[in-house]
Amino acid sequence: VRGEEQEKQWALLMRAGNAGDGDSYRRLLLLLTPVLRANARRGLAPAGMADTDAEDVVQETLLAIHLKRQSWDEEAPFGPWLRAIARHKMIDALRRRGRRITIPIDEFSEVLADGDAEPDMLAADVGRHLESLPRGQRTIVQAIAVDGASIADAAARFSMTTGAVRVALHRGLSALARKFRTEEP
Amino acid sequence: VKTDDLIRALAADCATRPMSLRRAFATAMIPGLAIAFGLYLAFLGPRPHLLWLLAEPRFAFKVCLAFLLAALSARLVMRLVKPGAESRRAALLLAIVPALLAAGIAVELLSVPIGLWSQKLIGTNALHCLKSIPMLGLAPLAAILLSLRQGAPEHPAIAGAAAGLLAGAIGAALYATHCPDDSPLFVAVWYTLAITFITALGAIAGARLLRW
Repeated sequence: VRGEEQEKQWALLMRAGNAGDGDSYRRLLLLLTPVLRANARRGLAPAGMADTDAEDVVQETLLAIHLKRQSWDEEAPFGPWLRAIARHKMIDALRRRGRRITIPIDEFSEVLADGDAEPDMLAADVGRHLESLPRGQRTIVQAIAVDGASIADAAARFSMTTGAVRVALHRGLSALARKFRTEEP
Repeated sequence: VKTDDLIRALAADCATRPMSLRRAFATAMIPGLAIAFGLYLAFLGPRPHLLWLLAEPRFAFKVCLAFLLAALSARLVMRLVKPGAESRRAALLLAIVPALLAAGIAVELLSVPIGLWSQKLIGTNALHCLKSIPMLGLAPLAAILLSLRQGAPEHPAIAGAAAGLLAGAIGAALYATHCPDDSPLFVAVWYTLAITFITALGAIAGARLLRW
């Protein structure tokens, strides 16, 4: 029952995000992160993979949730969609590292306590992929992600239109997702 | 980049709304169908007295079957590219088409003397059919696959195969209005072979193009 309530809340935030409410959307992603993290650690531990690898999967899953959010029907339940995406990304990560493991992802409404903490030392993460982006996209993604600039801030800083910043940001994020996918182990 | 930083970037990108899957599909289908229809007019063209032929049961049967296959496989495709969506029922529903075809064959075998069976089966245009259906389906297949890249199929090869099936059904629907061989026996062999070919092509292309 608790899981159901949670999924309803997620769906509510996602609908708000789809309607353009960035704050609700951000809150949703922040709420999902510990759940995804606990789930990734549980899935990767049997393969002998570290928490930093799990964080990789978390980031890749967040990117997929974002870039594929139009594949969720607003009337459909949110949980099965989320679980299918998380499962897909986990299988992908394991396969890239040459392992085939069956992952039980049936329920992840129960968040493990340690799912809240992000590992301090990130050996591998979006950062290394960021380096390989074209310069224009990299500076925009960096300014917004790392420096916390808004779209308008970034536009002013690089004397670009807000439209151009939006395009560069979106392309940069799509490119990041692609880099994850094509990465060799 | 910390995960929280990534989330900040994703939230900033929230206003850039991706096109809805249905819309992407519809938009891609317009040029896809236009090219297929152009090729049809250029190389094949309709049979004479096409509308009058609709009263001919064998002709109506094969055309309706192709349209039914197109509708059912379109429904399946749209489900396969939505993670967590129920697609088993849509896949099972496809069985209606071979079941109807089997019924059509039974009626045909009962109404045509044995001596004519092989003639009906081989028809006059078998090779033409094998070439034309994939040729007509190719542009729709490319269009469908392109639009499905917006989606997130859990099994890219299967989604690609469903796209191939839909493209094959579109090719078959067009070709059916050109080909003079109306017997369900002919349809069961040659249409099936041609559609299988483009379905396999869709699976191979899907496995590459629809990864995400």
